[in-house]
Amino acid sequence: MPAKIISKDMLSENVFSLVFDAKQIALKRKPGQFVVIRIHEQGERIPLTIADADAIKGTITLIFQVVGKSTALLAEMLPGQEILDLVGPLGKPTHIENFGTVACIGGGVGIAPVFPITQGMKAAGNHVISIIGSRTKDLLILEDEMKAVSDELIVSTDDGSYGYHGFVSQALENNYLLLGKHIDTVVTIGPVSMMRAVCDVTRKYNIPTVVSLNSIMVDATGMCGACRVSVGGKTKFVCVDGPEFDGHLVDFKELIDRQHIYLDQEKESYDHFCSCRSGR
Amino acid sequence: MDMKERMNIQRQPMPEQDAKARSRNFDEVPLGYTPQAAITEANRCIQCKTKPCIEGCPVEIDIPGFINLISNGDFTGAARKIKETNALPAICGRVCPQETQCEEKCVRGKKGDSVAIGRLERFVADFERSQGSISIPEIASSTGKKVAVVGSGPAGLTVAGDLVKLGHDVTIFEALHIPGGVLVYGIPEFRLPKAIVAAEIDYLKKLGVKVLTSHVIGRIFTVDDLFNDGFHAVFLGTGAGLPTFMNIPGENLNGVYSANEYLTRSNLMKAYLFPEYDTPIVKGKKVAVIGGGNVAMDAARTAMRLGAEKVYLIYRRSRVEMPARIEEIHHAEEEGIELHLLTTPIRYIGNEKGWVVGMECQQMELGEPDDSGRRRPVPKKGSEYTMEVDTVVVAVGTGANPLVQSTTPGLNTNKWGYIIADEETGQTSRKGVYAGGDIVTGAATVILAMGVGRKAAKAIHEYIMSL
Repeated sequence: MPAKIISKDMLSENVFSLVFDAKQIALKRKPGQFVVIRIHEQGERIPLTIADADAIKGTITLIFQVVGKSTALLAEMLPGQEILDLVGPLGKPTHIENFGTVACIGGGVGIAPVFPITQGMKAAGNHVISIIGSRTKDLLILEDEMKAVSDELIVSTDDGSYGYHGFVSQALENNYLLLGKHIDTVVTIGPVSMMRAVCDVTRKYNIPTVVSLNSIMVDATGMCGACRVSVGGKTKFVCVDGPEFDGHLVDFKELIDRQHIYLDQEKESYDHFCSCRSGR
Repeated sequence: MDMKERMNIQRQPMPEQDAKARSRNFDEVPLGYTPQAAITEANRCIQCKTKPCIEGCPVEIDIPGFINLISNGDFTGAARKIKETNALPAICGRVCPQETQCEEKCVRGKKGDSVAIGRLERFVADFERSQGSISIPEIASSTGKKVAVVGSGPAGLTVAGDLVKLGHDVTIFEALHIPGGVLVYGIPEFRLPKAIVAAEIDYLKKLGVKVLTSHVIGRIFTVDDLFNDGFHAVFLGTGAGLPTFMNIPGENLNGVYSANEYLTRSNLMKAYLFPEYDTPIVKGKKVAVIGGGNVAMDAARTAMRLGAEKVYLIYRRSRVEMPARIEEIHHAEEEGIELHLLTTPIRYIGNEKGWVVGMECQQMELGEPDDSGRRRPVPKKGSEYTMEVDTVVVAVGTGANPLVQSTTPGLNTNKWGYIIADEETGQTSRKGVYAGGDIVTGAATVILAMGVGRKAAKAIHEYIMSL
């Protein structure tokens, strides 16, 4: 089913936000769920988390970083244009309840999927501590939006250009856990290395930690198994069993390896695309 | 033509692409009958009174009837005759296991070769399509009843086609972006060109069937949502699309695929045309395919076409127990695929970057028959050995995708998660909900799913007309 782009925003150098007309999905989606899109006839199917939705206007917001050909193509699209396919909502929603104090931790473009979960956690009555980070100040997204749905917000940058100088995992440990401040549960989304670092910290303090995985997918309905991941020694499908799992049980090494399966082809495809665009 | 003349005609061979050339392209392998060959083959049918072939057909096509029309040169009439009971003849003519169905019952097969019913079916369907003269049968006047069909594979398409002809308002909900189910994601282009599937679905659309792609039932709408939305009945034909792995070490290494993923990438997403198409696939040089069914053959032949130097088909029993059609095994061997029978993988070996580089296998011997009636493979002690491979495709069967069942209260399933449905009607434990095809029986054939679809359509018609 085609879907029309309603509006477009550039959030940082490489991160874009697109609002799509998708009435049914806007009505049905819950925090933590994702969609799969296919831009054009020769396109691949790529999963993107639903960053926000407006049930009244019938729209959903997708936030993505340009990492290859498909996301580069998507970033070129303009309001009024249509992508060929949009399917969702997919995956299990986040388990949201009043846990007490919840830390919502997002890194890079992973702040986008953390946002609706933070919203949900706040609405459920939690005391919400949000920690968001990026490599450098210019790449930070959704700071105001996150601030609006959090009781406390810490911003960190790897290079110290803004906020806490260091990783989000360090900000969590040094500002809260080392000081003996109590946190009941942690939700973290971002690059795999970041989620692993957060899990390494929370494991020491025995804090339950949920991670949301962005594996390679094809159909995203449980049919192909491309997205399989080892959780506690058992194989799970991110698309239907997830995307959220107990971060302390995820085999991150395997996850990173599996995300690299098509590295060469992705580069070939992107280079081909870029050379076409530059007219060479 | 008298009986003696008919009996003297030899079964007409079907020309096909040369094995060496075709093992490197994705074009269709058999090339189809010429009109003359079709008439000659049709003349082999003795138009016997007992017509046992019809009993062998799950959708009861009037086989002698359409063959007689071919003999008379009326190919379009023959196509219409088939379409009275089978909306998808170009597909069935290609992928039905005729040798164990209609052709097995053919009286000419008792002494010599049976009539090539499948090839004739394919010929007339292709002829009609090539003429652009596809006829639309009469549609009954609107009943005002709405039916939702979940899944657009062979079962769903049959149900939709039958019900729309009876005047019902039929909507198909398909999870993927192209309708056709296993016909588009599973069966490769070289065995069933996708343009043919698209043409058969266009035909259903011309009859009035609505097709909504990218709609995952269980997520965007539940079955209850569909009833609340005004549908009077729901047919579930969601297929057996859950990949099975063997739970042996190393199965999550890079380069180890489920057959579903490997075939979906190549067929549905056209990864064989990468980078013209954006979806990549690992093009291995030494590929092992695990399994002995038609899906394993499709995967092995796909691997060869993607440029493999060696393709090994690893099967734990012997050749006679292989579930694949003999024709498929024959085609695979012709194309250079090596069969490693009485062999099973016990673990996959990876390198430091997580890529599969080898597999450890064990030889088997056949013991006593198991529940399936086939002799059970038993490991031979001390027979372990390793093989160098860079890609593995696991094609050892599929399970039931739980998405619809888990979101439909009151829908009963068996211990494997398949939907429990009446064999004759497809009726499930939920009123107004019918099911058929692989989601009820487990992985079977296209034509069996269609046969069940036909019966379910009849039952659904009776049910909604009684409302």
